[in-house]
Amino acid sequence: MFRLEARPQASPAMALVSPLLALALTVVMAAALFALLGKNPWSGLGVYFFEPLNGRRQMTEVALKATPLILCALGLAVCYRSNVWNIGAEGQFLLGAITAGGVALWATTSGIKASPWVWTPLLMAAGVIGGMGWAAIVAFLRDRFNASEILVSLMLVYIAQQLMNYLVFVPWKDPAGFNFPQTRTFDAMTWLPNLVPQSRLHIGFVVTLVLVALFWIFIFRSWRGFQLQVGGLAPAAARYAGFSARTALWTALLVSGGMAGLAGAMEAAGPLRQLTPHVSTGYGFTAIIVCFVGRLHPVGIVLSGILLSMFLIGGELGQSRLGLPNALTGVFQGLLLFILLACDTLINYRVRWQRSSASAGTAR
Amino acid sequence: MSDPQPLLALRSIVKRYPGVVAVGGVSLEVAAGQIHALLGENGAGKSTLMKVIYGAVRPDEGQVLWNGRAVAIRNPHEARALGISMVFQHFSLFDTLTAAENVWLGVDKSLSLAEVTRRVTQVAADYGLDVEPQRPVHTLSVGERQRVEIVRALLTRPKLLILDEPTSVLTPQAVERLFVTLRKLASEGCSIVYISHKLDEIRALCHHCTVLRGGKVTGAVDPTQETNASLSRLMIGAEPPALKHAARAAGDVVLEVRDLALEKQDQFGMNLAAIGFAVRAGEVLGIAGVSGNGQQELMAALSGEDARAAPGSIRLFGGDIARASASARRALGLHFVPEERLGRGAVPSLSLAQNTLLTRTAAVGGSGLISTGETARLARHLIERFKVKAAGAGAAAKSLSGGNLQKFIVGREIDADPKLLIVSQPTWGVDVGAAAQIRGEILALADAGCAVLVVSEELEELFEICDRLVVIAKGQVSPSVATSEASIEMIGAWMSGLWRESGRAHGAQVGGTHVQA
Repeated sequence: MFRLEARPQASPAMALVSPLLALALTVVMAAALFALLGKNPWSGLGVYFFEPLNGRRQMTEVALKATPLILCALGLAVCYRSNVWNIGAEGQFLLGAITAGGVALWATTSGIKASPWVWTPLLMAAGVIGGMGWAAIVAFLRDRFNASEILVSLMLVYIAQQLMNYLVFVPWKDPAGFNFPQTRTFDAMTWLPNLVPQSRLHIGFVVTLVLVALFWIFIFRSWRGFQLQVGGLAPAAARYAGFSARTALWTALLVSGGMAGLAGAMEAAGPLRQLTPHVSTGYGFTAIIVCFVGRLHPVGIVLSGILLSMFLIGGELGQSRLGLPNALTGVFQGLLLFILLACDTLINYRVRWQRSSASAGTAR
Repeated sequence: MSDPQPLLALRSIVKRYPGVVAVGGVSLEVAAGQIHALLGENGAGKSTLMKVIYGAVRPDEGQVLWNGRAVAIRNPHEARALGISMVFQHFSLFDTLTAAENVWLGVDKSLSLAEVTRRVTQVAADYGLDVEPQRPVHTLSVGERQRVEIVRALLTRPKLLILDEPTSVLTPQAVERLFVTLRKLASEGCSIVYISHKLDEIRALCHHCTVLRGGKVTGAVDPTQETNASLSRLMIGAEPPALKHAARAAGDVVLEVRDLALEKQDQFGMNLAAIGFAVRAGEVLGIAGVSGNGQQELMAALSGEDARAAPGSIRLFGGDIARASASARRALGLHFVPEERLGRGAVPSLSLAQNTLLTRTAAVGGSGLISTGETARLARHLIERFKVKAAGAGAAAKSLSGGNLQKFIVGREIDADPKLLIVSQPTWGVDVGAAAQIRGEILALADAGCAVLVVSEELEELFEICDRLVVIAKGQVSPSVATSEASIEMIGAWMSGLWRESGRAHGAQVGGTHVQA
């Protein structure tokens, strides 16, 4: 028998080891799963953990898919550190894609000519505003009516998806698109400039890395960031200090909404170059896992964003090369988060082995 | 002193926790019918030792003898079966149930509620405990709740009753009543282990006293033959330093509260009504009262954590601050030390350096960035000036002992040179040495011209440091009385809300001729 014993102080080493342990356990279970599916576990693991990093083309794809994950997760980290539970980054992502897509379509149809270096910041700003606006609804309902931000942000995801569907099915539908639910392709001047030739990786990746540094400063060095986190860690201490809970709520939601919106704008003006009902493949939800696996830390989020991006690409490769179901990617994501949460117990507790029969009861 | 066969004997009990030896080889004997005091500071090992007896903790070494026979008490259930009952410092009663229902939950399931109610009434009457079985617990005062706990413990007809700091929540009158009950119990042969750090009580009540310091026995004495000073020497190894009590001429009014009324925010809170008092520069005003009589609500209204008070009801230097935020009040010179250290006065998981930022913002630059060098310097300064035992400026707040964290928080506010300092429970759970230091710092601050408002449940403390006292009861505040003209008995009576009667009886000069003892 073993039992868990509370540590006198949370173990900082375990906080770093826990995600690695979770990853190792996920790999073991993945191998078992491949074996159960009748595949060679080694080739299965290779598809997920080796192939995505094999060659420049594959690596740019990993970076491309990691970009929206990292962006959304950065904003969510600020939210979760502030004890604001925004789980609707997916919806804010879609709104960012819609507003940026709207600007790109307007540029395409109006015939105004300008350099991509003019359109890129404009589209990104539009995306940020769209995401912020969507998150502002959550903040307002929480602030004014004390509505649960968890439920509201989640439900707004479905509304955002319906809004996207309506736009691409009706007003923004490409007249020359054979009635497919999609907009016309944006004019080339609105496309995000490429970062690596012969790849889809765009300058949004660089913007993301700059934002990682800015978020590190915001979270660990700024007065505003400190106030937010005190509100999350100990609300009574924040009240005592005089830090406004309302300011924290609005800041956290606007920041995370803005980041998700930016990710949506980059996705629309980057690899897609048009809007379809399938702009997002669940980046906003996957980002929640990225955020926690990355310990709500900007640098950790970069690493976990790359890992989860490898899962996404590995899933596609596994489907085409080994005939594995693509749903396996979702299974792995879920496994990783689930095992991580279990491993996190070890940060505050240690395992003590002991002989049976000892059952120290608690009082009454 | 002890008969050949003690009821309970502990032989060389050792209990280690990771990193600390909580109890390091303690032996003691409790005779039948004896009231046995266990005296020691916080962290001396009293509670751990009692948990060993009550079966909540297993000792690493040593023996427990019950009636001369070695026993292994594996859990509280077995302890109760032997005849050991314990009344904890923190009550374990359900607020929404009645007193009788609460007792019923803890006893043999074969009894009906009616039978339990009858026996509660019976035991209560036998020991003068005055419990109304039908009343829901949330309507009971703290003293009444404690009586419910004691009745519950007595229903099992224990041979040994353990009481952990039973008087920390009681008025002086309620303490007297408790002592009557305990003496009656002891005279009937029930042994009592009485855990406390209050020297006067131990000398008044107990037959024998075991003193613990750092997990070891430093004395086994007859308390009636000892003085406070000699007991204190055993307990802390030194006599607490005497406080300098300078006679001060009070200055201008700093804080004025007038007709403050506030609806409670949570179900079990207390409405504040028609509260009025003033604090002048250079004086210490004390607010006495049993906890739960509106102290929490009043403190929140004064600190700005609850900014709902009617405009004009709270004034600082004549300016209305009733609706100002906590940080705005702090900018005006009002600093506050809350009673909860972890989670309110400090964020548990953050470092001491980061925790300075809650109330001290000099390290925040114009760009909105924090200078970590500056916060660390301030934290080190506080650690040094107030002799805080901590691993350094980077130590997490929760890694400090209660007393050291309290020194840090009080120090953080005193070091800010406040014009008005409000302190809630300045020495709660703090050991004697640290308590004396904190009181000394508060007095020094007042001598320097700061207005100080102290809320405490420890009357001795208030009498020691305050110039004037008011009493809070049921959300109302009594007129103030100079400490030199007040007596413990009078303040005790006021704590039950009885100042109106005594005020009428004594006319205008409240308490003027009231010294009875």
